[in-house]
Amino acid sequence: MSPQVRMINDIAVQFRHQAPDAAAAAIAEHVRAFWDPRMRAELMRRVESEPQGLDPLALAAARLLST
Amino acid sequence: MSLLKEPDLGTPAKPGPATVSLEVDGLPVTVPEGTSVMRAAGLCGIDVPKLCATDSLEAFGSCRLCLVEIDGRRGTPASCTTPVAEGMRVSTQTPKLAKLRQGVMELYISDHPLDCLTCSANGDCELQDMSGAVGLRQVRYGYDGANHLDEKTDSSNPYFDFDASKCISCSRCVRACGEVQGTFALTIEGRGFGSKVSAGGTDFMSSECVSCGACVQACPTATLQEKSVIQLGMPSRSVITTCAYCGVGCSFKAELRGAELVRMVPYKDGGANEGHSCVKGRFAFGYATHPDRVLTPMVREKITDEWQPVDWDTAIAFTAARLRDIQSRHGVGAIGGITSSRTTNEEVYVVQKMIRAAFGNNNVDTCARVCHSPTGYGLKQTFGTSAGTQDFRSVAQSDVIMVIGANPTDGHPVFASRMKRRLREGAKLIVIDPRRIDLVRSPHIEAAHHLQLAPGTNVAVVNALAHVVLTEGLVDRSFVGERCEDFDDWAEFIARPENSPEAVEELTGVPAEEVRAAARLFATGGNGAIYYGLGVTEHSQGSTMVMGMANLAMATGNIGREGVGVNPLRGQNNVQGSCDMGSFPHELPGYRHISDDVVRGVFENMWGSTLQAEPGLRIPNMFDAAIEGSFRALYVQGEDIAQSDPNINHVHAALRALDLVVVQDLFLNETAKFAHVFLPGTSFLEKDGTFTNAERRINRVRPVMAPKTGKHEWQIVAEIAEAMGYPMRYDHPSQIMDEIAALTPTFAGVSFDKLDKLGSVQWPCNDNAPEGTPIMHRDGFVRGKGRFVRTPFVPTRERSTRKYPLILTTGRILSQYNVGAQTRRTANVAWHPEDVLEIHPHDAEVRGINDGDEVVLSSRVGATTLRAVLADRMPVGVVYTTFHHPVTGANVVTTENSDWATNCPEYKVTAVQVGLKAAPRPAEALRSAMAAE
Repeated sequence: MSPQVRMINDIAVQFRHQAPDAAAAAIAEHVRAFWDPRMRAELMRRVESEPQGLDPLALAAARLLST
Repeated sequence: MSLLKEPDLGTPAKPGPATVSLEVDGLPVTVPEGTSVMRAAGLCGIDVPKLCATDSLEAFGSCRLCLVEIDGRRGTPASCTTPVAEGMRVSTQTPKLAKLRQGVMELYISDHPLDCLTCSANGDCELQDMSGAVGLRQVRYGYDGANHLDEKTDSSNPYFDFDASKCISCSRCVRACGEVQGTFALTIEGRGFGSKVSAGGTDFMSSECVSCGACVQACPTATLQEKSVIQLGMPSRSVITTCAYCGVGCSFKAELRGAELVRMVPYKDGGANEGHSCVKGRFAFGYATHPDRVLTPMVREKITDEWQPVDWDTAIAFTAARLRDIQSRHGVGAIGGITSSRTTNEEVYVVQKMIRAAFGNNNVDTCARVCHSPTGYGLKQTFGTSAGTQDFRSVAQSDVIMVIGANPTDGHPVFASRMKRRLREGAKLIVIDPRRIDLVRSPHIEAAHHLQLAPGTNVAVVNALAHVVLTEGLVDRSFVGERCEDFDDWAEFIARPENSPEAVEELTGVPAEEVRAAARLFATGGNGAIYYGLGVTEHSQGSTMVMGMANLAMATGNIGREGVGVNPLRGQNNVQGSCDMGSFPHELPGYRHISDDVVRGVFENMWGSTLQAEPGLRIPNMFDAAIEGSFRALYVQGEDIAQSDPNINHVHAALRALDLVVVQDLFLNETAKFAHVFLPGTSFLEKDGTFTNAERRINRVRPVMAPKTGKHEWQIVAEIAEAMGYPMRYDHPSQIMDEIAALTPTFAGVSFDKLDKLGSVQWPCNDNAPEGTPIMHRDGFVRGKGRFVRTPFVPTRERSTRKYPLILTTGRILSQYNVGAQTRRTANVAWHPEDVLEIHPHDAEVRGINDGDEVVLSSRVGATTLRAVLADRMPVGVVYTTFHHPVTGANVVTTENSDWATNCPEYKVTAVQVGLKAAPRPAEALRSAMAAE
């Protein structure tokens, strides 16, 4: 598992108590605030190549990051 | 500056609003009620002779030298134990008093060596001074009677001697050990003429003495004397500066003879320590002049090459050219740097400025990443800024003290002494820690509750505490209603049954009733204060736990006044400062996000450079990117990442993958083995700048000696930046602080001049608080309203398994510091020559391990060998070690797991196995024996 996938999964699990849309938005906001652009880019590559490795909330957040 | 001898008013101040007016030798004086006559006399400039009194200790009244006469009172009371009274008329010098004092002094001197001219305390001996003060001219009793002149000297301590022949049994050392340090290692043994100071019936080194130096400081004669003074002689000048060890940030008088440092003496006016010290700050400064220090820059092409000493110009040109070359081939973002929490604010500031403005990216991080980065995240989310809420003095007003994941008597000993004093006065203690740390039960202290939780369950426990507070109606509704927001949402969450103590008992291992009792005590016991350490932050939910503690403090109304608060105990001397100075890749100085166009614009204008608006790489991200190939060069100042960071094998692989590693440090540390450039740094004795301690106190670090390398560290950084084409010129570090103040609202009022005038200030220091802010969030939180945040417990991914059934947690001990680069180069190794593994006797027995056996400690990422120590302070299933020695390399076994929000490593939870190191086979043993011979 790539570090980026592991890290966003770790973040996602912390937001499970929120409604899915709110959780995805919070995860995306966290990643925008703290991740270097190359890490976000690598995450997006992983989303394309191995989405099954991502927590569903992380996947939803990644989609928000791409918009 | 000449030798600074601080005034000693004989007894401590008794602050209070009520005052009393009296006359001493005809001079009027008004003092607080409860003040001693001796202190009142001192305050109007009259020194009453004394030997057993000193103003760091409560009055004792044994030496009978400070006698006075008081109009209307019979006899000659001791001025140290006599409180002032309204209208009192005191005489300190009368013929009767003179005769009495001379008689007392005759008795003392009749049993004291008459070797003043060759005594190590000559010129700094209160007995000598008092002989003069009372006009002693004869000793009628002679010197041939029974005496103690043949008492032996105890030289067992590496830093000071105890020469019992010079002891006058004033008990100052015994009282200092108890009152100031709180260890109670010393006592008076025997009775009458046979009474003598004793370290519990053994020598100092074998005793419970923690070598804090309080006894040496208190001793009025040469009985307890620093070995350095005995060897070098009495110092002749002082420089006030700040310790470079832990986050307490003690002020010291560096005392010198000529250019040679003789001793470090804690400074009574130091805001953080008020005259106290620990074994590291007081004595372990020898590393600064250790022969291992490298004083010349060095370069090499490959890490397998020999180092080539070069001059500064060559080293700086080499560094700058390589950095630019790598950027030209791999992109602007291919390089970065790490600032150090051991360097000054000014040095940190110029490094992050070099990276943002000269490197042109935000790839700057700091060693706080691996310790208190969750504090930054958690306290900013809840309170609005990344800082402890109190000053250290505040603990004296606490009624209930909750210590979570910290071991103050080892990690922050001078603050621990303050805390222990308050506990002895009756404050209640709650300890939340897997280990039975010393504070749980020590002389005159016993925790009301020790919640001995399973590692990794902090959040479950703090939620359970908050659950009790909420569901039992113990919330401070007034505070919450006026000062906080999002309470109802949090309350709905925390009231859920899954957060109850009963629901989490099996998980945490803490009996539910114990949690309930602790919660009730914290909520109803008066001023409740939380102090925490890396046992909170170095977890996969470190940031969540910080927010959980903030929730608990807000719910109980324990924020915004003395005696309360949420207080991180910072590990290194300038962790707070390095974070304040913009060392994080997403934040500019003053904790302002790099994406904020307005803030970034202010910096761009001042710096004359365009800054990137996106966050850069954190330290673990740098390692990952190095292995991936997008990150190619790293500048590291004052941090030994190859030893201190988790999963060392991964770190080493990352360092090997880099094209350029630049290490700026005192020693060729473990990281330097992977370096291409070594830039020699300066010790704290050579630095000129400021440190900011855990209570946000900005203290001056003054140069005791010139840089042994010929260059200040901020100059090195500025010259690299300039060689890379970005001019960064300063003539003096005060100009750097002026620039920090101009750019950072919380530092707007800080300058070297102000620090020299006031001694220190605690930020925020600006127009609203010109002399600083000891207590934060008094009238409102920095973010306006304190914000309650939901903190659901999420178990760590790291679990014990059949293969790795134990949980390892790591920490530090009193005599060593961090990776040991400093303390291993001092006599402190006498206390801790190697890292050991603490293991519960049951866990040891089932593995056939005896105390002292060599064992292999292994996890899924690595293994190391160390010696086992059986310790019932450990719970069954949990083992503990330190990471002070590179030989052990405890971080070989720690993993890549980290805090979800900040990537702070999860040092505190690693699934491990422990087994006896296999005995060598006969042939191997024979070969080893032959090799040894």
